[in-house]
Amino acid sequence: MNRPELQAMAEQELERQKKFRCRVMCCTSTACVSSGANSLYETLKPKLEKLKEDVEFVPTGCMGLCGRGPLMTVQLQGQEPVIYENVTPELALEILDKHILAHKPTPIKDKVLPNDWPFFTKQTRVVLANSGAVDPERLEDYVSRGGYSALAHALREMTPRDVCHELIDSGLRGRGGAGFPTGLKWNMVRKAAGDRKYVVANGDEGDPGAYMDRTLMESDPHRVLEGMAIAGYAVGAEQGYVYVRGEYPLAIKRLEKAIRAAERKGLLGSRVMESGFNFRIDIRIGAGAFVCGEETALMASIMGKRGQPVIRPPYPAESGLWGCPTLINNVETYGNITPIINQGAAWYSQIGTAKSKGTKIFALTGNVINSGLIEVPMGITLREIVFDIGGGMVPGRTYKAAQTGGPSGGCIPTEHLDTPVDYESLKALGSMMGSGGLIVMDNTTCMPNIAKFFMEFCMDESCGKCVPCRVGTMQMHRLLEHITNGSATEDDLKRLEELCLLVRDTSLCGLGNSSPNPILSTLRYFRHEYEAHIREHKCLAGECNITEVPVLELAEIKHKTVEVS
Amino acid sequence: MSVVTLTINDELVSAQAEQTLLEAIREQGIDLPTLCHMDGLSDKGGCRLCMVEMTNNNNRLVPACVTKVQEGQSIRTESDKLTNYRKMIIELLLSERNHICAVCVMNGHCELQNLAAHLGVNHVRYEYVVPDLPMDASHERFVQDHNRCILCMRCVRVCHEVEGAHNWDVMGRGVNSLVIADLNKPWGSSRSCTGCGKCVQVCPTGALSKKGSTVAEMVKHHDFLGWIMNGREKNIWEYR
Repeated sequence: MNRPELQAMAEQELERQKKFRCRVMCCTSTACVSSGANSLYETLKPKLEKLKEDVEFVPTGCMGLCGRGPLMTVQLQGQEPVIYENVTPELALEILDKHILAHKPTPIKDKVLPNDWPFFTKQTRVVLANSGAVDPERLEDYVSRGGYSALAHALREMTPRDVCHELIDSGLRGRGGAGFPTGLKWNMVRKAAGDRKYVVANGDEGDPGAYMDRTLMESDPHRVLEGMAIAGYAVGAEQGYVYVRGEYPLAIKRLEKAIRAAERKGLLGSRVMESGFNFRIDIRIGAGAFVCGEETALMASIMGKRGQPVIRPPYPAESGLWGCPTLINNVETYGNITPIINQGAAWYSQIGTAKSKGTKIFALTGNVINSGLIEVPMGITLREIVFDIGGGMVPGRTYKAAQTGGPSGGCIPTEHLDTPVDYESLKALGSMMGSGGLIVMDNTTCMPNIAKFFMEFCMDESCGKCVPCRVGTMQMHRLLEHITNGSATEDDLKRLEELCLLVRDTSLCGLGNSSPNPILSTLRYFRHEYEAHIREHKCLAGECNITEVPVLELAEIKHKTVEVS
Repeated sequence: MSVVTLTINDELVSAQAEQTLLEAIREQGIDLPTLCHMDGLSDKGGCRLCMVEMTNNNNRLVPACVTKVQEGQSIRTESDKLTNYRKMIIELLLSERNHICAVCVMNGHCELQNLAAHLGVNHVRYEYVVPDLPMDASHERFVQDHNRCILCMRCVRVCHEVEGAHNWDVMGRGVNSLVIADLNKPWGSSRSCTGCGKCVQVCPTGALSKKGSTVAEMVKHHDFLGWIMNGREKNIWEYR
């Protein structure tokens, strides 16, 4: 397929969509499926069979408000789309009768989400622009919204150097959490010597409460593939791998389907878009280890070895997969490539702050009213995210802290709610951007208990290669267990702090280095909670179950203590 | 081969460009504790005892065994912080499994024990985990005792790199890691083991030992590895 053919495909698809009087979009991402989205389709299918010419039913990706799923959007020709929440099969039939088929369409008011709601208006959807609007399993739908035009543009009108410099100018930084400038990384791989190079997309997202990458792969797989193909062209690679964790079967299925569809149309594979550029993409499925999200462990896993990190340098950009220069970026980073190529670096760098450009997807979860997937411009304050977009706390409860960066990040208390969310500001608070999990906690949450939860996660996920992480995380977990059950002493707290520093300073990879962060940050802002557990055997939040304080009954010591000189 | 100059403990020294920091430090006669490192095997960087401070880079800690020397580098091998960290690492290792020297075949010759004594570890501040671990005495000449294993992976590396049999590998992860023969078969029934005993000789603790040895009887000869490597390289075999 060449560029005019791509154009023709887009026009044909738009023409086809125009014929329908109504487009009904139902979210079929994992979140909505788990709350019953599939049964909607089963219910509506027989009815819609008869209306095939009139109404188009589109299974789409995520619409964002996952906490109120299943979500369904009804768009009548020439009207604003209407989004319904908590759609049951009965409600779907009612919508069909009163909204879609009636002569005077009347939306069912109490189930409609208002379009001017802060949840929608405060967001800037760049990466998730197609998510919830296109059918992720149809290539045509993606192409009709400008898909693969960025690849066509890059292949015809840009040199690999141009692509890298466009990215450097855009100021895009890695979305996996560390925030390394993407353009610089691409340029490094482009300049690295070697006739064989690789491009890898990191979709091994393992933080508790984070599902940005999953949603992107499920809702808009072609965007990721297109971003990777552009990367392949820019750095001179002919092979790409998407590393997806095994717990994401739907993402794997949709990516496979997307790769096959793109290869059939000549958008991937040999001679991409009738140019001299070849690019194949294969999927590698993880076997359930969090540490494989670390790039060196991920590469070991792709090569069929035990998923353990190795020491950098050499960095993957010099020596990665099978010793060849390898470009590794997060799935979300690849999602940012097409808008940058299409709309230019100048446009992209308008969004965000001086040092952090663009938007970031967050999985907003925990004790907020509106939990879901949001995309916000960098530099937005945490207050806006939690109280405007998230809708604040459940009535009667107050905000306590928000955890960003999952088990590697830290918590942000009330006094720092007005901090702009960008790489540097979060780091200064002892937290980190991370891949984008944002867990909101209210006053019923016990901070030592949260630290214990994350430490248990790190302990389970430690690969065991280096001693501080393998044994240190376990000992820290034990100490936290003593603290939360009320049996710890002041000495234990001192020991815990010492261990935190040891594990942070001496661990081999990022998992170990950052595993004490939840403890260090909760100690920084909520030390009094730890002390209350220890001194008063009391949990201030009332979460820990300290029923009985164990009292050690010492037997009378009869023999004399021997003095040791 | 080019030469680089670096500062070790405030003294200017020169080293060959391909050398690791550990080699450069030991060449100066400076003692640096290691457990997973062994001359002749590839480096793993897992025990974290050889961490040194980079004084030209914010006192950042780097593992000496896997860091290459660099021009103008400035490092320190001893400080209160480093000594404390090394002690803590030894304590963590002692707390992890059942290291009971009094009944160990390696008592008196054990690298872990010697290091603990050398670093002045006189008590363990952490809770003993006391895991329930098995022994494998199915091999006709050797015994594997998981209770003494510190997961340094020397046995895995020597079997893969020097003997070429790859009998040993690791299963599980984190504290649940276990060194296993074949696909977790009893060692005696392993079909890849050649019975060469190299793994036993490189093991720093009593995790691998000769059958029949009792408390404190097991002595290991690490120097055999240098002899093999030297012989292979120069094709000179001097039997002693």
